[in-house]
Amino acid sequence: MVFDKVTRGEKLSSVKLTAVQYGILLMMLALAAGLWRLQVLGADNFRVLAEQNRIRKVPILAGRGKLFDRENRLIVDNYPSISCFLVREQSRNVDADLPLIARGLHLDLDQLRTALHRYRTAPGYQPIPIKQDVTADEQAFIEAHRNELPELETIDEERRLYPRDGYAAHLIGYVGEVSEEMLNDPRYAAYEPGDVVGKAGVEETYDQLLRGRDGSRDVIVDSHGREVGYLRTQHAIPGQDLRLTIDNDLQRAAELAMGDRDGAIVAMDPRNGEILAMVSRPSFDPNAFAVRIGRSDWNKLLSDPSHPLMNKAIQAQLAPGSTFKILMSVAGLQEGLAQDLHVYCNGGANFYGHYYHCDAKHGAVDIHNAIPYSCDTFYYTLADKLGIDRIAAYATRFGYGQKTGIDLPGEQAGLMPSAQWVMKYYHRKWYAGETISVGIGQGAIEATPLQLARIIGGIASDGHMVRPHVTFPDELPADFRHALQDTYPGSGNAYIPINPEDWITITDGMAQVTEPGAFHTAGSAHLDGIDLAGKTGTAQVMSHEALDRSNKGRSTFPNAWFVGVTPRRNPELVVAVLWQNGEFSYYPARIGAKVVAAYVEKQRRLAHNLQPTKAPAPVEVGAVWSVPNAKGGKDTGETAHIRAGHFFVNPGADSRPALARDARGQAAGPAHPGPAQMGMALRELPWRKP
Amino acid sequence: MSQMRRFLSFRDFDWALLAMVALLCALSVFEIYSATLHTKYTGFHTKQMFWIAGGLAAMFLFAKIDYHRLLDWVPWAYGFCVVALVAVMVPGIGHKALGARRWIKLGPILFQPSEWVKVVLILVVARYFANLGARSLTGRDILKALALVGIPMLLVLKQPDLGTALTYTPILIAGLFLGGINLRQSLILITAAIVLVAGAWSSGKALKPYQKARLTSFINPDNDPRGTGYQIRQSLIAVGSGGIWGQGAEKGTQTQGDFLPIPHADFIFAAFSEEHGFAGAVLVLLLYFLILMRLIQNAQTAADLPGALIIMGVVAVLTFQIAVNVGMVIGFMPVTGIPLPLMSYGGSSVLFTFLALGVAMNVRMRRFVN
Repeated sequence: MVFDKVTRGEKLSSVKLTAVQYGILLMMLALAAGLWRLQVLGADNFRVLAEQNRIRKVPILAGRGKLFDRENRLIVDNYPSISCFLVREQSRNVDADLPLIARGLHLDLDQLRTALHRYRTAPGYQPIPIKQDVTADEQAFIEAHRNELPELETIDEERRLYPRDGYAAHLIGYVGEVSEEMLNDPRYAAYEPGDVVGKAGVEETYDQLLRGRDGSRDVIVDSHGREVGYLRTQHAIPGQDLRLTIDNDLQRAAELAMGDRDGAIVAMDPRNGEILAMVSRPSFDPNAFAVRIGRSDWNKLLSDPSHPLMNKAIQAQLAPGSTFKILMSVAGLQEGLAQDLHVYCNGGANFYGHYYHCDAKHGAVDIHNAIPYSCDTFYYTLADKLGIDRIAAYATRFGYGQKTGIDLPGEQAGLMPSAQWVMKYYHRKWYAGETISVGIGQGAIEATPLQLARIIGGIASDGHMVRPHVTFPDELPADFRHALQDTYPGSGNAYIPINPEDWITITDGMAQVTEPGAFHTAGSAHLDGIDLAGKTGTAQVMSHEALDRSNKGRSTFPNAWFVGVTPRRNPELVVAVLWQNGEFSYYPARIGAKVVAAYVEKQRRLAHNLQPTKAPAPVEVGAVWSVPNAKGGKDTGETAHIRAGHFFVNPGADSRPALARDARGQAAGPAHPGPAQMGMALRELPWRKP
Repeated sequence: MSQMRRFLSFRDFDWALLAMVALLCALSVFEIYSATLHTKYTGFHTKQMFWIAGGLAAMFLFAKIDYHRLLDWVPWAYGFCVVALVAVMVPGIGHKALGARRWIKLGPILFQPSEWVKVVLILVVARYFANLGARSLTGRDILKALALVGIPMLLVLKQPDLGTALTYTPILIAGLFLGGINLRQSLILITAAIVLVAGAWSSGKALKPYQKARLTSFINPDNDPRGTGYQIRQSLIAVGSGGIWGQGAEKGTQTQGDFLPIPHADFIFAAFSEEHGFAGAVLVLLLYFLILMRLIQNAQTAADLPGALIIMGVVAVLTFQIAVNVGMVIGFMPVTGIPLPLMSYGGSSVLFTFLALGVAMNVRMRRFVN
């Protein structure tokens, strides 16, 4: 039986008990050895692991440098924002949490998975950015799920705030998360996944200066990722602010003048190469890039046939059309061929068995009226006399077919065809007929708006060519400045002497272009009291034969160009305008004229020290003035009525303090016009007796 | 006579053993205080003190009752235990928590029969082998002993509570070893055990997948540092970062940062090792060693065979729990949820240990009687 009555008497064998004692001793020694291994031999190693467990490096993101215009007016600002990161190490099973995260943060689950997949090789403690500009309710979601989703972290950062409506968007560029391809590029060796990097325009070129250096803070956390305390803080070094050569007033004028036409405007100071305005159409909203852009929106931008991301001012390579005739004139005059060239234009001419059209029957044409008339017949003849080699040599010297070296990424070089060029790329001889087309800026020749601005601005400056740039070199660190010139090589600064008589001939011809007159191509762009000289151009986008076959829609219209300078010699401003499919070149001439007018008016205002006062709100002023008796402001010679009153004057508008002074002086005769006639924005208050 | 007996009892009470036990309990209370300082378990150290007080009372009570009378009663107790273990499995009576049916609810008190079974088993095994005397065991004897321990063990395994079920085996092994099993029989038994365990493991029915994962992850915790290996990994980091002298009470980053799982219960030794280092951990091991040696000495001086077997049963259970718990904390053993006697927080564990010690005291106090 199992349960027998207990028997007593026997004793346990002491040998067995001793064996048990030794067994226990051995076990204790084994445990002690295990402790020794961990606590004495492995202590350092485990301490590091324990530190990693509890100390987390939380990055403090450096604010990006702001962008200002040349008068220190803010263009690109930052705004505080909260971003959400995912730290895989802090979760037991990230993949299982993803659907909940995607729902709570309003993310696309597949896109989130893809984003995580890109970091598969990164260490688990590295924060992965998953959502920018977290809204209040998303932040509440993160806070409420601290325990379920310990892998979610938020961080305060500064985000880019760009001007609205695509203002100067191509020049400024945009920022985005550094891509995998960029990380493999040695140029971006210092970047880590998740870093924000400039991806176009000034943001890309000056990324190194703008980005600053991120700091970090060692945060003590418990196993749920809750912060328990701080250890050490390394402050972020904010990025450097950058002053651009852009003039907001001029940029604004250019943006408004361009409207929503496809094309580009470049305004440059040809004395030093400072870009004053740069517009490209269609534009885009860089703010959409500052926050992560959705995949579909991005694809839409990329696949848009009008290429909204393309900066046409430096990337559109198109036939320069008649604007090339300025270079032709320089070549012809310098070679002594154009001075005595007299051509009778009867609407075209025959060369090498082919009839070449001119726009009109200009009659007798020489170099003096060939430019304002833009007479093709004249330049066909001149091109034939010069030959392609001499034309190509001059064009290349002045910068056709080469990058200008502007400090913006992606500049295109254009193309200057030559006998060598066709031999090299097409393995054939140059046809003499091609020279005739090149003579009027057609055929294989291509140029960018910026190139034309530099070349024609340089010719108007007596051959002083400049390197265009959008920042002030003196305000950049020296080593960065040098690196910049190596990174963006181009024809740069150069002096190509032009015979003074030829220079005067050409610039006078350009000035005639905008003078009203028969055959003058841009008479309607004439500006009273402003010395605007320029050259128009229309360049066919397809041959006459192809045009006849086509539907003759908008896209078959020729591209219209205008390059203008003011004043005509040694100009302060050169404006190149491209209107794609604009059809008539006096359209871009009018656009250019608006920009020039805005520039000149501003300069005159500054020269007369008539800066608008700071307060933009209307100001109440008291005034005494005389009103002429006659209707329509005509002076009748009779005594004026002296009147007095209070007015609201809009100081930003066309205000003239000098006038107010005169009015108060009261000595003004009847001929002196009252404020109303001076166009002052004022409103008469109820009459008060003085 | 009664005067004489009381005098003897008082004098023969094992004060040295009690002092060492009290020292361990004090260390336990301090460490529970430190480990639960910033958690929702704050205040568990006072609860533990109540349990210890209760345990001491139970120990003195058990020491009073002559262990021979306990041995007389134990068949009834054994029968009651088996019934209780079956009752646990009945949904209406058994209380389910954390996925296992281990408790019986009696009013407000949750009663976990499997812990008490240990004391009963120690007594019943001692009684069984004492009755066999010192003669060599037959195959029948061994099979009966296996059935005696195996029935409650299988019932506990069913709950499922692998850890507690495993603590029954040392009682059986100690009984067989001291009861006179010979080499051939033990070899057969070991072979049979290996075949049985291997068969149960590969059949996939005896153990649930999570139990298997828990049992194997200690071999290489870094394979899955987020999953089953997490507890072992955190425990190793805690012990290792303690170094020689420890990080100081309330300063262990693993313990205070909540990285260490249940640092006041199953992993209290890891918490203690982190905060008090190699020196502290070895001191605790030394205390355990001395307690065990003292108990074995008491077994040697016991008046009779059943008394000695009772004490050795207690020694076997305590040794097993210490080895498995400390082994788990330092990565030698799988995570089985076996508490460290006298250190880990928990009423059942504390009460069982003191009861077991009370029975051992009981034997010692009566060594000169008869």
